[in-house]
Amino acid sequence: MSLLSIRNLRKAFGQHVVLEDFSLDVEPGECVVLIGASGSGKSTLLRCVNLLETVDDGVVELNGQDITDPRVDADQVRARMGIVFQAFNLFPHLSVLDNITLAPRKVHRQSRAEAERTARQMLERVGLSDKATAKPDELSGGQQQRVAIARALVNSPQLMLLDEVTSALDPELVGEVLDLLAELKADGMTMLLSTHEMSFARQVADKVCFLHGGRLLELGPPEQVLREPAEERTRQFLARIVDAGRL
Amino acid sequence: MTSGSTSLWQPSPRQQERIAYRRRRAIRSGAIAALSTIVVFGGVVAAVLSSPGWPRTQQTFFSWYHFRHSFSSVLSGLWLNVRVMLICAVLVLVIGLVLAVMRTLRGPIFLPLRIFSAAYTDLFRGLPLLLVLYLCGFGIPALRLAGLSYQPAVFYGGVALTLTYSAYVAEVLRAGIESVHPSQRMAARSLGLSAGQTLRFVVLPQAIRRVIPPLLNDFVSLQKDSGLIAVLGTPIDAIRSAQIYTATTFNYTSYVVAGALFLCLTIPLTRFTDWIAKRQGWYGTGGAATV
Repeated sequence: MSLLSIRNLRKAFGQHVVLEDFSLDVEPGECVVLIGASGSGKSTLLRCVNLLETVDDGVVELNGQDITDPRVDADQVRARMGIVFQAFNLFPHLSVLDNITLAPRKVHRQSRAEAERTARQMLERVGLSDKATAKPDELSGGQQQRVAIARALVNSPQLMLLDEVTSALDPELVGEVLDLLAELKADGMTMLLSTHEMSFARQVADKVCFLHGGRLLELGPPEQVLREPAEERTRQFLARIVDAGRL
Repeated sequence: MTSGSTSLWQPSPRQQERIAYRRRRAIRSGAIAALSTIVVFGGVVAAVLSSPGWPRTQQTFFSWYHFRHSFSSVLSGLWLNVRVMLICAVLVLVIGLVLAVMRTLRGPIFLPLRIFSAAYTDLFRGLPLLLVLYLCGFGIPALRLAGLSYQPAVFYGGVALTLTYSAYVAEVLRAGIESVHPSQRMAARSLGLSAGQTLRFVVLPQAIRRVIPPLLNDFVSLQKDSGLIAVLGTPIDAIRSAQIYTATTFNYTSYVVAGALFLCLTIPLTRFTDWIAKRQGWYGTGGAATV
């Protein structure tokens, strides 16, 4: 059974249809990479899966449970997946450690000692053990994003959603975040992520999914989608990326 | 994007079921809200109305007879409050802004201005308004200065209100100015705007938008406190009219009339400001834009 199963998803903002008849399956341990131009619906898809947006039609199933059902407790669903945003969204008034322990303590009812122990392990994993007491604005963008990933990981999610997590970073800081994601993938984490880093997509993706105008236009292994795309639009998109020097 | 396809889409049976479910939930929520509101407010009203002293209280504060008889004199007094409030509000805004800007000026040469502004706000924010009213209303005339000491009492009342509220408003505006991120100032200076232009065109517009709710709070408060000028005796404002009525009838309904009239002014003002702010998208900035 797929860990995540999206079927016939539709989302519109007023007259503007962002996602239409969108279907995608993510198997346990799989890394699925969403590519596509800005506005193609990648972020909206991730936000729909995290129930940050209410879908207009279709189904999202997590472990066979329809999480888009209005009777489902969204907080309980969200506790089972982690999401990391492009702009980090760390809480500026809390230290790195408190950012990470907030949800374990308040949502998962862990004691402070227990939560901090796990948080420190997580900080070690992302290579920021020495920054536990720092405030977010004392960190570089790459470090902030690694804290945001640690903050999501500490809840032991079944699924990680990552929304262009390197887009707001300086080029020399992108590597440290992508390396971390590659490690996660190697550890067997299931991931659904959107990115403009095609070389990264080629390295870690099991499947690459090309979105155009809110629809899934092409889906396949990275060698096929990124090297020999079947669709003309995928080819055009990749050509623009090559011109921009990102492939 | 694919905007044209909206008309073609029909909700699937599953989505229709969800829509129906949400509608049922909405109706249920509405019913619960109505019921809890009725129970809570009904309970409070019932408790008051069934209390042993209610008939006496009603006669003293909520007498329809006295309501009608005091209404016109209190209403005509209210016009004075409105004028005092409007004039003071303008003066308070101007003086408060000057004080706030003075306090945020950088550079050693401005130290005296910063000290003056800080001392002024410390003093007038801390002094009870009643004391300032007495000092202005009875102190200035007692000085027997040509011109200044021979004004009507309402003038001194206005001066006292302006002095006190300028201090409050200056602090609110200063908080707003300091909340504008330094990068905004840098961006403006980098474009060649002078310090003054930066303040005028970049910092203040953002600062004032941010502090609209607390500013309004101060102006509503100013309007209420305009009733305090009644302590100076001669100006016949709404509160003074109510006081005169009470003195002759031993009935406090006239004060309730004044209170109701004040509410008629402040509640629409609050709603209006909220509406403007919402329409202009002034609230809720910050956070990252997402696609």
